[in-house]
Amino acid sequence: MKQTRSKNIGITIYIVLLLTPIYWLLNMSFKTNQEILSGLTLWPENFTFANYAVIFTDPSWYNGYLNSMLYVSINVVITLLVALPAAYAFSRYKFVGDKHLFFWLLSNRMAPPAVFLLPFFQLYSSIGLFDTHIAVALAHCLFNVPLAVWILEGFMSGVPREYDEMAYIDGYSFPKFFVKIFLPMIRSGIGVTAFFAFMFSWVELLLARTLTSVDAQPIAAIMTRTVGASGIDWGVLAAAGVLTIIPGILVIWFVRNHVATGFALGRV
Amino acid sequence: MAKIPNNRAWWLVLPVFLLVAFSALVPLMTVVNYSVQDIFGPGQAYYVGTEWFKEVLTNERLQDSLLRQFLFSGAVLMIQIPLGIGIALMMPKSGMKASLVLILLAIPLLIPWNVVGTIWQIFGRGDIGLFGWALNSMGFDYNYTGDTVDAWFTVLLMDVWHWTPLVALLCYSGLRAIPEAFYQAAEIDRASKWAVFRYIQLPRLKNVLIIAVLLRFMDSFMIYTEPFVLTGGGPGSSTTFLSQTLTTMAIGQFDLGRAAAFSLIYFLIVLLISWLFFTAITHADKEK
Repeated sequence: MKQTRSKNIGITIYIVLLLTPIYWLLNMSFKTNQEILSGLTLWPENFTFANYAVIFTDPSWYNGYLNSMLYVSINVVITLLVALPAAYAFSRYKFVGDKHLFFWLLSNRMAPPAVFLLPFFQLYSSIGLFDTHIAVALAHCLFNVPLAVWILEGFMSGVPREYDEMAYIDGYSFPKFFVKIFLPMIRSGIGVTAFFAFMFSWVELLLARTLTSVDAQPIAAIMTRTVGASGIDWGVLAAAGVLTIIPGILVIWFVRNHVATGFALGRV
Repeated sequence: MAKIPNNRAWWLVLPVFLLVAFSALVPLMTVVNYSVQDIFGPGQAYYVGTEWFKEVLTNERLQDSLLRQFLFSGAVLMIQIPLGIGIALMMPKSGMKASLVLILLAIPLLIPWNVVGTIWQIFGRGDIGLFGWALNSMGFDYNYTGDTVDAWFTVLLMDVWHWTPLVALLCYSGLRAIPEAFYQAAEIDRASKWAVFRYIQLPRLKNVLIIAVLLRFMDSFMIYTEPFVLTGGGPGSSTTFLSQTLTTMAIGQFDLGRAAAFSLIYFLIVLLISWLFFTAITHADKEK
């Protein structure tokens, strides 16, 4: 029992250290700029919602959140739609070039976004998609689709192929089997994949910023721009930061029981 | 489980293939095209052949940031992998507490990368940040915008804060997959704690550790946003990593040809090292 206690103390200390920088951000978001700059206070003495009010009343701020949400959602939908059949193929069949294709897909997860910035910009400008949500969603597919295929393949390989054969004998057509029987069996895998697609699309800034200017600009880009202009409004910046953390926490709540397996890409 | 040979499976893969080809092959070809030209502006490009590639061997700025990049990725792996394993071993095994720890642990992973930079930019400042203030009042002369060592320390600490949870979660899931019988057997044999770790837990963690190392290597090697927001690459160019050098070159100075050639080499380095890891993974899969 003594051992469990020391473990508990260890993990508690780690979690506290982990949360301190976030607490500091939260703390600052409830302070006035005057209080922030006039000295260090461990909690807000003049508690204020003014910083949040700025964000929720100014369209150039809250549109940033809406834009981010929109392209992340599009990305998650596209990613799942194309990755599900592909992952099934990789987990069940041998076909010409399967190994090479799999590695090629993964290699795109390894491509440094900095390499693709300019070509992306030119590509999407030339087909008239620049500054649209769909452009960012498509660009994020570059790293999300390979990852989704990888995770889903791990989960699907865990389902014995006898199920496929039984359904076939019972007269199910392939699409019917896939949607009615197979997908429900790997639903935790799908949830986890959606979570990861959400996560990586939500946190990415470089591509999202390069591919947008006004109409589809993500919140992260709006934040960096505000930092540059007329000094730094620390309070509003902190409030904006806090608001970017909340969607992630909401999403992880739904997949909390599977997220650990998901991080191992389904292949523990 | 043996897989059935069936070439019609290509139809299932086709959408992925087309989508990724569109957003990967076209830009990649553009980069290859740039890399053999000297570009002064729209319509003013000259074929220079392999000149830029030869320059990679002599360009000091690039070599410096490449060296920094290897140092950084090496340090990241050396710190985060052992730390992550340690945390995973401490995490509660089940119940409400486990869920809570999981969620809290995952929070840093869900913060947009520039916000991570912003958090540490604020946190580390001597005047308004708790961390910088605490260090200063303890008598350390800490200033991450002015001092190279402090800047490195802060960037590393930020990355450890940001990404160690990923390693911990991976190892945690690996540990959960070990059957309870293994531990019971160890108890009957009166195995020491170290023996349990060394001969039961560590071998079972091999697969997830390979994934952890692979992901951490790739992402730390491509790091851009966080140090850019935190230090802007400074002081001087002491925390300017490879992505930032390339981005400045391509967009700031519009030196497309050179930036493209360097990008390709960069990509090849990542690809080569990741291929080594990938072979290791598939090898491990086969053994299973």
